Amino acid sequence: MKLLTGNEAIARGAYEAGVRVASAYPGTPSTEIIENIARHYPGIYAEWAPNEKVALEVGIGASLAGGRALVAMKHVGVNVAADPLMTAAYTGVNAGLVIISADDPGMHSSQNEQDNRFYARFAQVPLFEPADSQEAKDFIRIALEVSEAYDIPAMVRTTTRVAHSKSLVREDDPAVVPERSYEKNFPKYVMVPANARNRHRALEERREKLREFAEKTPLNRMEDGDRRVGIVCSGICYYYVKEVFPWASVLKLGMSYPFPAGLVKAFAAKVENLFVVEELEPFLEEQIAAAGIPVHGKDLIPRTGELTPALISHSLMQDRTFAAVAHGYGSAPPVWPEELAPLPLRPPVLCPGCPHRGLFYVLKKLRLNVMGDIGCYTLGSLPPLTAMDTCICMGAGVGMAHGMTKADPETGGKTVAVIGDSTFVHSGITGLIDIVYNKGITTVIIADNRTTAMTGHQEHPGTGMTVRREPTKAVDFAKLARALGVTRVAVVDPCDLAGTRKAIQHAVKSPAPAVIVARRPCVLLTRSAPNPPDTRPEACKGCTLCLGLGCPALSLPGGRIAINPYLCVGCGLCAQVCRRAAIAKEAGGGE
Amino acid sequence: MNRTTGILIAGVGGQGIILAGKLTAQAAIIAGMDVKTSEIHGMAQRGGSVTTHVRFGNKVFSPVIDEGTADFLLAFEKLEGLRNLKFLKPGGTVILNDHVIEPLPVLMGRETYPGDVEKRIAARFPLLVVNAVAEAEASGNVRAANVVLLGALARRLPFPLSVWEKALDAVVPARFLEV
Repeated sequence: MKLLTGNEAIARGAYEAGVRVASAYPGTPSTEIIENIARHYPGIYAEWAPNEKVALEVGIGASLAGGRALVAMKHVGVNVAADPLMTAAYTGVNAGLVIISADDPGMHSSQNEQDNRFYARFAQVPLFEPADSQEAKDFIRIALEVSEAYDIPAMVRTTTRVAHSKSLVREDDPAVVPERSYEKNFPKYVMVPANARNRHRALEERREKLREFAEKTPLNRMEDGDRRVGIVCSGICYYYVKEVFPWASVLKLGMSYPFPAGLVKAFAAKVENLFVVEELEPFLEEQIAAAGIPVHGKDLIPRTGELTPALISHSLMQDRTFAAVAHGYGSAPPVWPEELAPLPLRPPVLCPGCPHRGLFYVLKKLRLNVMGDIGCYTLGSLPPLTAMDTCICMGAGVGMAHGMTKADPETGGKTVAVIGDSTFVHSGITGLIDIVYNKGITTVIIADNRTTAMTGHQEHPGTGMTVRREPTKAVDFAKLARALGVTRVAVVDPCDLAGTRKAIQHAVKSPAPAVIVARRPCVLLTRSAPNPPDTRPEACKGCTLCLGLGCPALSLPGGRIAINPYLCVGCGLCAQVCRRAAIAKEAGGGE
Repeated sequence: MNRTTGILIAGVGGQGIILAGKLTAQAAIIAGMDVKTSEIHGMAQRGGSVTTHVRFGNKVFSPVIDEGTADFLLAFEKLEGLRNLKFLKPGGTVILNDHVIEPLPVLMGRETYPGDVEKRIAARFPLLVVNAVAEAEASGNVRAANVVLLGALARRLPFPLSVWEKALDAVVPARFLEV
């Protein structure tokens, strides 16, 4: 038995299930799936795709060629991949195809907490919800077998507490997978209307067969307990329920779509009061209610945020009938600890030496409208930099900056888009084409730190390295911008404040699209050693100008400059900002 | 009732919290127990607050420790110790690293770091303060501070020394083990 995270277990499951191709774009909490496949299972072709849509298309192609395929993404990544997903459900597969949707209830590292179980229902593909790492591993093989048996892509939905929790896993030998090869099949794979109409009808038939499978699969099981109370649950909520109400009757749904209405009815008939415990949306509850079964769910349990065992206990104990039964077993509602006086927060910050800091410092000084994006640089929206105005989704800032200048040309000279290098490849390029094509004037700043930093430093098409750290071609952003028709292209070092300021001022003044590549490698990537500059505290007047950089290595104890010698890597920004020469320029500033 | 031990490890990104969690979990596995852990990645890594939950026992259901239920709080940083006090059950023990990492709002002078952390904790829970950095320095490697703190926890857990030695062998690369 090995202690594995859900993501490590999924990677192991891919190996045991004979997966041949695995593709993904990094996104918390899904990232470690492909990382672990790349690290531990050399027999599987693994890649970082530029975005989730491409990843899924790679998976569909691999499946058609006869190779089992796994594609992984965070919940919002499925939005990007939704286009191929919806129609791949029509065409079906050749070899098995499994899509991992890693949801993030509570938004530990996401911009929303959409419930992707609805995607399975929307596309009408089978949905599996593992509750721990053992199931995360096992469900990959089952999902791929179901995918092949029912000629349809399958979805495995995890959540942060499954993906990033560890539990014991029993490893198995890899399965022997039946050989398949590509065969042309016009009516099945070419979704022109005449064929798609047939395939839509075929999808309805497959869904009904999958429902029959869901009714009898051991993945969906009743656990007999006190018959006065029955709880339907899936995913991590199963273990939360077992934690606080081990005495209750439980229907655990490992395969939650197509909805096994017959099984739920049978369970409901066995128990006196039916409850459903699920995070986020009433996905199961609405289907139970639609089947004419009285059920309690979101009338008791919050619809927003992450659940915890205590929160489930608190919620269900609000129901008098439930509480009466629970008291008989000694279950009591949780006692919430007394709230302490508010403590200083510890918000995430840009690292000492982070190249984004210089860029955002300049943007703040220039008082620009900054249409932002998703990555470490989203931290540029927080105090004291407060230099990023928006964060919607991957690539959004580019189109938004363009739309803003079209709606109000007055904003033209003072609006820019800021997007990271990996994010630009993911979905910023098409936005830039829109600006050029439609005679826009927007300046796009690519914060190019040579990595996908926020998710833990993954390679991407701009870094010149594959997921297995093999050298490959690298996208040259400046050349690409010129090829798209941008005539004003500059490359700057964001730790050179004056140079960065000049380039941005020049770009926003010009009545034409501009691209500025603010390039310096992520400080965590270069593993810079501490390199603090000399300071002259006697010259410091405590003006706090340097604190405006928001650098965790800087402080003014007793009103005089102090640099934390363990944190400072000598990026030189504070010396450039200081007007009293209290910080030496020459000691820092280097790489 | 199912008896599960819950240990909450709290601190700041980069302090070696994840390793401490791994070692504790590995020790429990070697001792023949069921184990689950949970941690939050992502934004927390950029100098933010970080916690790892470790639960072990005959059979563990939830990987997450509820507020008011942890047996131990292993705090790598004083403010984070105070912040996570709510996870301890009544009578639970705090092992506190005598170490301050000022968060940005404090460095910027916008907020004040609480000055009476030990007093506030000791008023409510049994408290053991460890100067892990100094002890690690004395042992020759300041980066072993996380293991020093873990040592303080280890003495209070029902695993013999041999179990911890095996856990160290299994989790820590050999080149670091000499310390």
